[in-house]
Amino acid sequence: MKNSVPLFKRIRESRLFWPLVALALILIIDGIFAPGFFKIRIQDGHLYGNLIDIFNNSAPLMLVAIGMTLVIATGGVDLSVGAVIAISAAMGAVLINPALGNKLITNDILTKDATNTPLWLIVMADLAAGTLCGLWNGLLVSRGKIQPMVATLILMVAGRGIAQLITNGQIMTIYYTPYFYFGNGFIFGIPVSIYIVAIVFIFAWFLVRKTSIGLFIESVGINAKSSYYSGVSEKNIKLFVYTFCGFCAAIAGLILSSYVHSADGNNNGLNYELDAILAVVIGGTLMTGGRFSLFASVLGALIIWTFTITMYTFGVPANALLAGRAVLVLVVILLYSDYARRFLNRIFDRKGSQHGATN
Amino acid sequence: MTDSRQLILSMNNISKTFPGVTALENVDFSLQRGEIHALVGENGAGKSTLIKIMTGVEHPDSGSIELDGKLVQVRSPQYSQEIGISTVYQEVNLCTNISVAENIMLGHEPHHFGGIDWKKVNSFARQALERLHIDIDVTQPLGNFSVAIQQMVAIARSLEITSAKILILDEPTSSLDVNEANRLFDLMQKLKDEGIGIVFITHFIDQVYQVSDRITVLRNGKLVGTYATASLSRVELIAKMLGRSITELDEVSKAKATVEQNESRKCLLEAKGLGRAGSIEPFDLDLYANEVVGIAGLLGSGRTELANLTFGIDTPDTGSLTLGNKTVNRFSPLESLKNGIALCPEDRKAEGVVGDLTIRENIILALQARNGWFKFLTTQKQYEIADKYIRLLGISTPSPDQLVKNLSGGNQQKVILARWLATNPHVLILDEPTRGIDVGAKAEIQKLVLDLAEEGKSCVFISSELEEVLRTSHRIIVLRDHKKAAEYPGNVDDQTIIQTMAGNL
Repeated sequence: MKNSVPLFKRIRESRLFWPLVALALILIIDGIFAPGFFKIRIQDGHLYGNLIDIFNNSAPLMLVAIGMTLVIATGGVDLSVGAVIAISAAMGAVLINPALGNKLITNDILTKDATNTPLWLIVMADLAAGTLCGLWNGLLVSRGKIQPMVATLILMVAGRGIAQLITNGQIMTIYYTPYFYFGNGFIFGIPVSIYIVAIVFIFAWFLVRKTSIGLFIESVGINAKSSYYSGVSEKNIKLFVYTFCGFCAAIAGLILSSYVHSADGNNNGLNYELDAILAVVIGGTLMTGGRFSLFASVLGALIIWTFTITMYTFGVPANALLAGRAVLVLVVILLYSDYARRFLNRIFDRKGSQHGATN
Repeated sequence: MTDSRQLILSMNNISKTFPGVTALENVDFSLQRGEIHALVGENGAGKSTLIKIMTGVEHPDSGSIELDGKLVQVRSPQYSQEIGISTVYQEVNLCTNISVAENIMLGHEPHHFGGIDWKKVNSFARQALERLHIDIDVTQPLGNFSVAIQQMVAIARSLEITSAKILILDEPTSSLDVNEANRLFDLMQKLKDEGIGIVFITHFIDQVYQVSDRITVLRNGKLVGTYATASLSRVELIAKMLGRSITELDEVSKAKATVEQNESRKCLLEAKGLGRAGSIEPFDLDLYANEVVGIAGLLGSGRTELANLTFGIDTPDTGSLTLGNKTVNRFSPLESLKNGIALCPEDRKAEGVVGDLTIRENIILALQARNGWFKFLTTQKQYEIADKYIRLLGISTPSPDQLVKNLSGGNQQKVILARWLATNPHVLILDEPTRGIDVGAKAEIQKLVLDLAEEGKSCVFISSELEEVLRTSHRIIVLRDHKKAAEYPGNVDDQTIIQTMAGNL
């Protein structure tokens, strides 16, 4: 029964088909028009090059996209991830600040490559802050029955204020070198951030595919009422996805602040919520909830950054970049529309039958 | 009989395949001027697909359609309206919050000076309704009128926006009471006299005989035949729909008789004064093993409320619920599930199936919910469970990986039953389990309920069809005005129950 559908059609209808085609298309264009785009060189035992940059840059977005996928699969959305990134970054910077709890503050103390807080505690506090933010969103949505867009909008607006409160309104520069490891370090020549993404991805994948959480998320996203009647705790599932999304955003905040060596309440993770939603949409998960693929969303994040770096390589000015991105969005949305689907099916099916006839 | 001058629509050799299912295979259908043509068949027989092809929602893989002797391609629903084919669906798809006149004229409003000419809107709407001999205030919101009137407004709209030659009525009577249905039939007769051809789809055999001139029977996507209503007896019709002689119903009665002799009465559930303000007044309910308790009552008498309260969808504000020797103090579906209570809800689409999940995932959903987040059934185990119930309940599907939304109503109902049977409940509450499904599947489900009771379960059977309640139940509770009115043994006659429902006893 399963093999009755032709192989090519099955590939074409697979969730990963369009994201992979898009990625391949961008890379082919790079290969033709930007010689040396794929060149990877080794310097001080580390790998350098555009491809490594793409991975390194897209790591925070991939993390946020993983969390966002689960939220969107339940039929919700989390607009606060960008603000959560800022809170997590601010938390790290404040704890690192060697002047913390110190009454006598001199410039010498502030710019010292040292801290009074152990690194593990800094990391834990970062993650805890983000997870708490997620928990707050989850409580508003699942217990408060507030529409997800409105509920997360609260933290989206307030979150940046909280981040500034934490840093006392300052942009804090970080001088503590061990902290830079998350955003700039290498293990076996490969950026640390890629390892972090891999670990979070495997953890999330295990959670949704090897426990019943994934089934419940999809079932709640498709028909919350039926799920409730079947004994699925819709509330707890929603609480979980928002909390997990906050956790993912916190890790992204850690990497980002480590990468740019600073915490800036206004600019850390700016527009990340929109990019993350875009990544999920490129990955083919419907905004109305239901079936989802974590891998497709991660691919979505990769596509966004491949596109961005390609634009940089071609010398497109930063302010024109958004227009280019708009075109990308438009193409993706059109490709996913029913009309395009039917059109492509017709073309491919006709070709297939002609091919069959000649045999 | 089939005079070619009288023929409006003729569909020849229509075939249509969906992934994994052949919905129609070489089906012929014809409609004459001024006839009411009943289209009948079990669920999954292909009635809906045939209608969708007629109205341009789906396109046939092969076959031809002729309208007034001319070959047509029904490209889209709009086009089908342009050429004079109008449809009124089961659920009234009008806006209840705007006026009757606006509903009728929506999208076709007469204009003057660049604005809508409201006087004309109202007078046109009034004329359209007068044609159907309906006299109501067209400026009132549609929601102020009964479902029957809304249905007729829908018909008026469909006749107004096109000069309809063909009117398709898809299960128009499913939410109407007897008087309302009769009113609709009068209307159909009038339209018939005007020369309109009417396609009438229904599950009610009585109504087929009440109004139709000819009957077309479909079964499993194939044409069984087209017959003059006068020359086909009811028994013959049902036999043709089912494709076998109708003995199942007798089997149901026999099964019930054998269960009744079993006298070991073990109380599984006891409700004392359970009630909730605004939902149902306090009631007592004892459920014993090996027994089917029927709940009878008119629409809105509190049948579903009783089920929801017992299952924990709603939290009671008075009374107590005891299971064996355990008193329930937390009310939620999950708690009930853990306590061995199951509910097949009334609204299959909204509360039952999860359409975009597969049959397998739907079947294991409740069992998995009871197991919790981290005791995940292995894929192999999931398939074992799904295969077991697909076989046991005779769910017709090419594979357990089929999406549930692609199944027919009867098969969806079986999937929900399977979901609950997989949790092995002691008490099974079935709220309208046979609604909108065909005669054959109805008999199967009734028989299944009795089999489950025989295995030691306690079943609550809720249905708006009294005859069905009488046939399957060992004990019958009658509800009236959100109150338990009376309790009778299973051999009570239907007159007593009807009198109780009406408030005379």
